[in-house]
Amino acid sequence: MGKVIEHGSGALDAERIRKDFPIFERTPHGKRLVYLDSANTSQKPRQVIDAVTDFYERHNANLYRAVYELAEEATAKFEQARVRLAAFVGAPDPSCIVFNRGTTESINLVAHGYGRKFVREGDEILLSDLEHHSNLVPWQFCAQATGARLRFIPLGEDGALDLSNLDRLITERTKLVAITGQSNVIGTLPPIRRLADAAHSVGAVIVVDGAQLVPHNRVDVDQLDIDFLTISGHKMLGPTASGGLYGRREMLDRMDPFLGGGEMIMEVHRDHSTFKDPPHKFEAGTMNIAQEIGLVAAVDYLEEIGMDAVRQHERELTRYAIDRLMDAGARVFGSHDPETRGGAVSFWYHDIHPHDLAQVLDQEGVCVRPGHHCAQILMRVLGVPATTRASFYVYNTNEDVDALIEALGKVEAFFGA
Amino acid sequence: MALEELYKEVILDHYKSPRNKRSLPGAELSCKKNNPLCGDEIAIHAHLSDGRLAEICFEGQGCSISQASASMLTEAVTGKSRQDAEALAQRFRGMMEGKVEPEEETFGDLVALKGVVKYPVRIKCAVLAWDVLQEALAGAGHAAADAPH
Repeated sequence: MGKVIEHGSGALDAERIRKDFPIFERTPHGKRLVYLDSANTSQKPRQVIDAVTDFYERHNANLYRAVYELAEEATAKFEQARVRLAAFVGAPDPSCIVFNRGTTESINLVAHGYGRKFVREGDEILLSDLEHHSNLVPWQFCAQATGARLRFIPLGEDGALDLSNLDRLITERTKLVAITGQSNVIGTLPPIRRLADAAHSVGAVIVVDGAQLVPHNRVDVDQLDIDFLTISGHKMLGPTASGGLYGRREMLDRMDPFLGGGEMIMEVHRDHSTFKDPPHKFEAGTMNIAQEIGLVAAVDYLEEIGMDAVRQHERELTRYAIDRLMDAGARVFGSHDPETRGGAVSFWYHDIHPHDLAQVLDQEGVCVRPGHHCAQILMRVLGVPATTRASFYVYNTNEDVDALIEALGKVEAFFGA
Repeated sequence: MALEELYKEVILDHYKSPRNKRSLPGAELSCKKNNPLCGDEIAIHAHLSDGRLAEICFEGQGCSISQASASMLTEAVTGKSRQDAEALAQRFRGMMEGKVEPEEETFGDLVALKGVVKYPVRIKCAVLAWDVLQEALAGAGHAAADAPH
């Protein structure tokens, strides 16, 4: 289990943390960099950048097969990364962690390796109206291939899922529940343990899209009793294309491989092959070695802060941001209570299109994300073509929120009627 | 000031006071498209008379660039033959690719959109209305079924 170094409870020192991130030395358009797009990708601390550089400068080699010292070091570091990530999410064993590029690849892996093997015509896969396209499109592929039907938990009040008909949504037909752990658009935190219990009560498995959940919350797959959890390293201070999939070991054992190729095989014959045990069964070809090693530095960094402090800090920022946005006349989507949501805050401001708004904000050094956030289903449910999203992480401060609000004033001056 | 280069006064004027923004019952040409990436939506309707676009209107929603471009389009192609409208659409695209230097007399207010070229992400916003026009001219006709919702 993960050793968690706590620095007490309560908020963290974001100004000090900010100094660890070289990118904040940039001054876009001559302004202080106000980075409010961490739900898209996070910035990287010096420690992560150094870990990647150190690997390439001192240890670079491919994994497993070579017998020279460099390769042994690379292999050892890569496998230590697996141990570290397993502990971070409470996985019982490192072999439950499959490394890959992150959430999109992980969900495709499960939809292919588990979905196509075990889901049958007439079965149901339950998703929700909150899902990112990466937790929807792979299931559409799976449903088209198997004849299964996709169903959706609707959005209820205040951005929460409407679980009032859960016993009619999760039935004997349900084979799989795939749900976000935290909405990338409106921050909703679905009750994962309750959904896991409901899924298991009918013999279904639960897949949690952890892209937004894992970077911002303490997550323990054992306590949540989930079968699969996806991890996007680049959203948690790690390198792009780092992270992977937690899977319950007995499920990984029963699944089909996903990508075929080198290093995932045992014996190869002309007409068939046999495969390694998990996790290697799912790791074909040369892996993202430097990235996963860099991710270790990110996990170390987060644990030194403490995930409870990360969550508390974002709660405070989210509360401040929602209050100030509402005061400025913005419509804030989802819950307005930071206890029930994470720090991805989508809003609509004075009927100014998000693309125009974000363009003006850019001139003020404020980075936000306009658009549908890969959640077109949710946009339709919310009844908007797009939103502007501000999202927070450990390096953000109230000053960043103030800069956002001030920049919105300039947007108004530009586009206001 | 880069921002003023993109959002020229004339663009903001077309955005805030769009020209020819209305439905057109009985239009011989009608086409609607959306850009799902940003939720922009444009429909163009035109009355044809003697092979010319006698009256042309648009409807839609979206960012200032997409809506201003549509508004300018209606002014620029009114009275033009189908061929001339098509030719202007191609020249407009050329401007967006940085290949065509727009001249005031045929481009009119559209010249203001030249600044968009420096913002690659926004080019598709400026081009959307012209996509719709070209599809309408090509006889794709009442392709309103691809509305987002």
